[in-house]
Order: sequence, then structure tokens, then C-alpha cells
Amino acid sequence: MLLNKIENKVITGHRLTTDDALSLFQNDDIFTIGRLANIVAGRKNGNKAYFIQNHHINPTNICINRCKFCAFSRSKGEKGAYELSIGEIIDKLKEGQESRVKSQELSKKQLKSKKKNFKLLTHNSKLLTLFSEVHIVGGLHPDWDFGFYLEMLRAIKTNFPTIHTKAFTAVEIDYFSNISGLPLTETLQELNNAGLDSMPGGGAEIFDTRVRNRICPEKISGRRWLQVMEAAHRVGISTNATMLYGHLESYKNRVEHMLKLRDLQDRTGGFQAFIPLAFHPLNTKLGVRSQGSEVSKRNKTNPQSLTPNPCLYTSGIDDLKTIAISRLFLDNFQHIKAYWIMLGEKIAQLALMFGADDLDGTIIEEKITHSAGALSGSALTRAQLINLIEKTGKIPVERDSFYNRVKR
Amino acid sequence: MKRLTKKQALTLFKSADLLGLGMMADNVRKKLHPERIVSFIIDRNINYTNVCINKCKFCAFYRNEDDPEAYILSKRNLFNKIKETISLGGTQILIQGGLHPKLDIDYYVDLLKSIKERFPIHIHGFSPPEVCYMADKANLPIKKTLQILNEAGLDSIPGGGAEILSDRIREQISPKKIGKDRWLEVMKQAHRIGMKTTATMMFGSVEEPEDIIEHLDAIRRLQDKTNGFTAFIPWSFQPGNTELGGRGKGQGARGKEFKIQNSKPNSSLATRHLSLSTATAVDYLRVLALSRIYLDNVPNIQASWVTQGIKMAQIALRFGANDFGSTMIEENVVAAAGVKYKVSVRDIISAVRSSGFHPAQRDMYYKIIKNSNL
Repeated sequence: MLLNKIENKVITGHRLTTDDALSLFQNDDIFTIGRLANIVAGRKNGNKAYFIQNHHINPTNICINRCKFCAFSRSKGEKGAYELSIGEIIDKLKEGQESRVKSQELSKKQLKSKKKNFKLLTHNSKLLTLFSEVHIVGGLHPDWDFGFYLEMLRAIKTNFPTIHTKAFTAVEIDYFSNISGLPLTETLQELNNAGLDSMPGGGAEIFDTRVRNRICPEKISGRRWLQVMEAAHRVGISTNATMLYGHLESYKNRVEHMLKLRDLQDRTGGFQAFIPLAFHPLNTKLGVRSQGSEVSKRNKTNPQSLTPNPCLYTSGIDDLKTIAISRLFLDNFQHIKAYWIMLGEKIAQLALMFGADDLDGTIIEEKITHSAGALSGSALTRAQLINLIEKTGKIPVERDSFYNRVKR
Repeated sequence: MKRLTKKQALTLFKSADLLGLGMMADNVRKKLHPERIVSFIIDRNINYTNVCINKCKFCAFYRNEDDPEAYILSKRNLFNKIKETISLGGTQILIQGGLHPKLDIDYYVDLLKSIKERFPIHIHGFSPPEVCYMADKANLPIKKTLQILNEAGLDSIPGGGAEILSDRIREQISPKKIGKDRWLEVMKQAHRIGMKTTATMMFGSVEEPEDIIEHLDAIRRLQDKTNGFTAFIPWSFQPGNTELGGRGKGQGARGKEFKIQNSKPNSSLATRHLSLSTATAVDYLRVLALSRIYLDNVPNIQASWVTQGIKMAQIALRFGANDFGSTMIEENVVAAAGVKYKVSVRDIISAVRSSGFHPAQRDMYYKIIKNSNL
């Protein structure tokens, strides 16, 4: 059988071809695929599953790109458009810290009264009261200049010197380079000097040009995205990589996307984690679910416009397979992240048994995915994340931004 | 495959890895349902009253008789709901409610007759606790009570109120509810007079693996005798707004009597002990898979999208389930615990398809009434 051949490759540590990956997507045996991915995950990260205490800040939803899969962005002056000042960003981070102190005190009391032995919590008398990472991504604001972003980074570093700043997708970096007139490398160096520690992997979407032109025509090309990442890696900024799937792409597009990432990783080694992102259709131009949205109106007046088939939520089975296949194919990525905000905590938990080793974070204030009808809540506590991980038989490890264990 | 003993089941449940358990369950499902059809029923849950003297600790739906939110559904309302159900392609109503001290068997007989006079619809109704309550109040044996209801128009009986069929657990979570033996007795008598029923299990509260096996074994043994269960439906305890789960969660609450401790809906306190004390996705799939493997004489296993969400229900189709349950034009009980997944027939059809199965509308007897190309 086809799977036998791939199984042999996996067991002997041979790299999978694009044909192998494609045949895995077409294969129905999720149990074998999951088992193999789990073997690879074990080789890379032992029995560990990571999480981080982090805080999301989306400085603005005003964006000159209006990607069709996005329910978050607004045009300037549009209802619901917002922009945060640097002072407001600092305040939000301070609030986030305080609420954590409070909720952890409460949780200790509650757990004691419930008489359950959540060992991890109770024998750690001194709980960390800070999140260790702030994650900043936002829209491409037409009026903000490059200096504003540098100032934002500096203000965060000054106020929170121990917090790691993970900020700006490749799309934003490219935009900064445009508005500052600086070459990519210098743009990145300036940001780095101002306090940018690492970069998230967003904006990759799907590299395939035809699909990309249909879902996000204004956004930088896949090639440019890869260029930005390569430049970041060369400057010494490590990044993540994502893939948005479940819209108009084919399995082949997914495999080709992953191949480009694998090739770049061979050259730079600068990617930390790969994060497959399931498309969320609500309130976007690709999904026609919510009535009265721009999409349903547009479809009424011009049924041929946009998509022939409305995009729906991906199936849970597809989510798990995509995690597993990415673990098998991306042999040079150390981590596969089951981003629970996108997948929902249930699927993210199962993903840990299909090759993923990271659930991402406790996350305060996620806005982007929730605009598109994310099925998850918008925050999980440390205790909840630990519980989810332990139920899979893995060892929960709270990490910092570089996957070092955070000691408590 | 040889039938699993209780001991084997316990070992399997405690030590087998999830994927291994899933693979076994998937193989059983393939053998029983090789045609790759996943069925569902279009029906509506109608809760005739929320007044209930049982006051189970896991329930967020019940009210006291004098509560401002207590209600008994009027016939006009009821008929409108049924009309709407039929117009939406529905073939069945599921009538369930609470144990209301003012309602007696005459009320139910009248209710059933008045529906059947007006509508050609299957009535799936009254779980064993309700049947027992009617019987006790009327001083009738269970069998006679069931015959009266059946003659008045009751077609089949839902498997609710089973919770965990272990009296040790029932004493803790639903001390006033009928015990394991009476629940089984109602089902046995119903099967004897030719009525089909389903069976449920609510896990993820305070039970141990042994209790789950005891439950499955009780169902399997009765099924060996009567063959009256059409399906088994495991679901997990939903703690929002319940005595057992705490009263923190504010969203979706119908009850003002539950103080909301924290006004921020997304605050960590509000969601904290919910997912700590209750079944996670892994727990759900393990129980589902074990049910499929253990209950070799129950033809159908339902995925519970109402408690798990659509994506989990899709995955459940590979962990033993072959049925998507009801489309639930209306659902109030789980919603009262703060869990709402809004789903249309179209959503269910496309969810089944994208999982690689053929969706088909069925009736309560699992006869296909409308196939795939809906």
C-alpha cells in the first residue's frame, strides 16, 4: 500500500516528496497518518507539549488591504474602525498583567476549595504574574509612519523590559519598508534595534499566485513574503510561518506552499514553528454565511462575482490531517503549532495527538479570528491549557518565545 | 470480533491510546455501516415545561414552580412549533420536560391525542423519569402507563435521564431522580410493548471509568433481551449555570436565580473550572469509541454536535459514530448551560459531506427517507 512506502520513509527518517504529501492528503487512514506524525513529533520534542502566557495587541484594524478572507479589517472612517495610541497599548498591557495577578489568586482559592489535586498549580506557591510575550499584529494603517512603530516598540521595551516582543507579519514589514523608503534589511534592523525580538508567521496565506490573486489581490505576493522572511532570518530575527487553508486552494497548493517553506528553512533555519490556519468564513467575502453582509448583497446583484462556491468551515478531520501532514513533510521545522484560537480548544487538543507540539498561548484579547466567527473562547487560563495537554498524555511545558522552559 | 468483557473494556478504556481506540471503533462502524451513509433526523425539541421537582445538580434548565421563568407551553404554542417543524421538512418532535407536580397522566394523554389529531408526525417523547413520575402519580404500573401513552399517540421514547447508570453516581448528581433499575425497567417495558427507544449516557461529571463500563454493560444486557434500542448517544456534562459545575458562566443563561459572579464574559474566572472538571475532546472521543466497540448489539451511535460542536462531530464519525442525531430546530436544555452551536440542515449536510460521508435524512427507526442529493 501507498502508506507503507511513506511509513518506511518516516520510520527511517527520509524526507517526504511532494507526491508523498499529496497522497497523504488523499488518504483516508487518519489513524496511521496521525500515528506517524506523532512519532515524528516525539523525535523532535519528546513527549512535551508547549504553551506560552502571552498577550495579543492589535493596534489598529484600519488596513489598506481588504483581503477577502478577513473579517477584521476596516477602511479609515468606516464604522467600527479603531486605532490605539501608544499610551493605550501600554495601558492594555498593564491591565493584562493586573488581571492575571487577580485571576491567579482566585484560582488558587477555588482549586483548594474544590479539593481536587491539580498538582501543577498548588505546589507552585509562587506563580508567575506576568505573561512573557506580547504578540502585535495589525492592519496597514494609511497614516501611521515608520517612526510611530519604532516608538511603539521602544515604549513597550521601556515599560516591560523582560517581555519578549513578537510583532509584525511580513506584510507589515514590507509596508514599513515602503513608507520609510528603507531597504528591507535596514527596516528590519531598525525594528530590531527598537525592540522587535521575533516575528509571527502571518500573511503567508497560500503562496499560489492564482489563488492568492482571488483571495487577497492587494497583499504582497508569496515570493515577497518569502523574501521578507529570508531577510529577517539573515538579520537574526527568527519567525514563524503560517498557511491559511480551507478556502479556494487545492491540496496541491497546500503541498507547494509547504515546499517553499521547507526550501527556505533549508537555507536559513530561521523558522521556529509552522502554524496551519483553518479558514473561518463568517463575515468575510469568501464565506457567505451571515445574511446582509457585503457578500450576500454582492451575490444578489452579481451572482457570478467572487466565489462559485461559498467557503464553509473546514472539517475537523481536515484540520487534524493538515496538522499531521505538515509535521511529516516539514522535517526541518522544530515545532508545529496547533493555534487553539483558530482551531478551537477541542481540535487543538486532538492536534497534539496528530503531530503538533504547541498550543500557543493563554492569549488575552484576540480580535482577528473572532471577527470571522472563531469557535473558540477568547482566553484560556494556564490551568486550562495544562489540563488540555495532560489529558492527551503529554507533558505540559510553559515556554518562553524561544521554547525554553519557563521556570516557576 | 469477539464481544468485549467488562474487564477487557476497562483495560482498553484505561490504557489504549486514543488513535488505537479510534481505529478499532472505526472498523466496527465500517462493518456495521459499510455504505458510508451518515444519517440525521429533522426534528424539534419541544420542552412542554421547565418546572421539575428532581432538581438535578447537572441541570441548568429546571425552575421551581413559583419561579418567574417557570412555564407550561400552551397548546397554541405547541401546535405552532409543530407546524413550523413540518414546514421545515421535519418528521418528528421530541417532547420532553420536567416533573411538574401539577401535571398528571390525563394532561399527557390529551396532549398526545391533540397532536395526533392534527399532525402526521412521529412523537418521540417522555424519558423514563417522566414516565415513572406519571405512573407514580396515577398509581399505575409502568407497563400500563406506557400502554396508555402509546395508545394516545406516543411512538417512541428518548433515552434521556440515564445519566450514568450507576446508583453510586446518581446519588451524587441526581439524588431525586429514578435509580438505575427503574430507568432500565421503563425501557424494558417499552420494548416489550413494541416501542423503540434510544439510550444516552452523560459522562464527565464525577464518575470513574468503572461507572462508564457499568452503564454500557447495563445497556448491552438489556439490548440482548429486548433489541429495542435503536441508538446510543453519549454526551458530556455541560457545566454552565449548574449546581455541579458552578454558576460562573454568564452567557446564554436563562436563569436569573443564578448569580453571575463575574460580569466580564471572557474573564478567566468565568471559564476556569468548566474545562478543568469536565470532559475534554480526548475524553469524549475515548468514550464514544469505547461505546461503539462495547455495544456490539446497538446498531447506531450518535455524534453529539449539540455538546461538542460540528468539527468534533465530524471527527466523531471516525471514532465510532454513524449518525449526526437531530437537526434540532429548537434546543433549550443544553443551551441553558451556555452551550449553543447554531446549525441548519444545510450545515449538517455539508459537514457530513466534507467528512467524506453521504448524508441522508432518516426517521426514528433509522429508515432513510431522503438520500444524499438533498
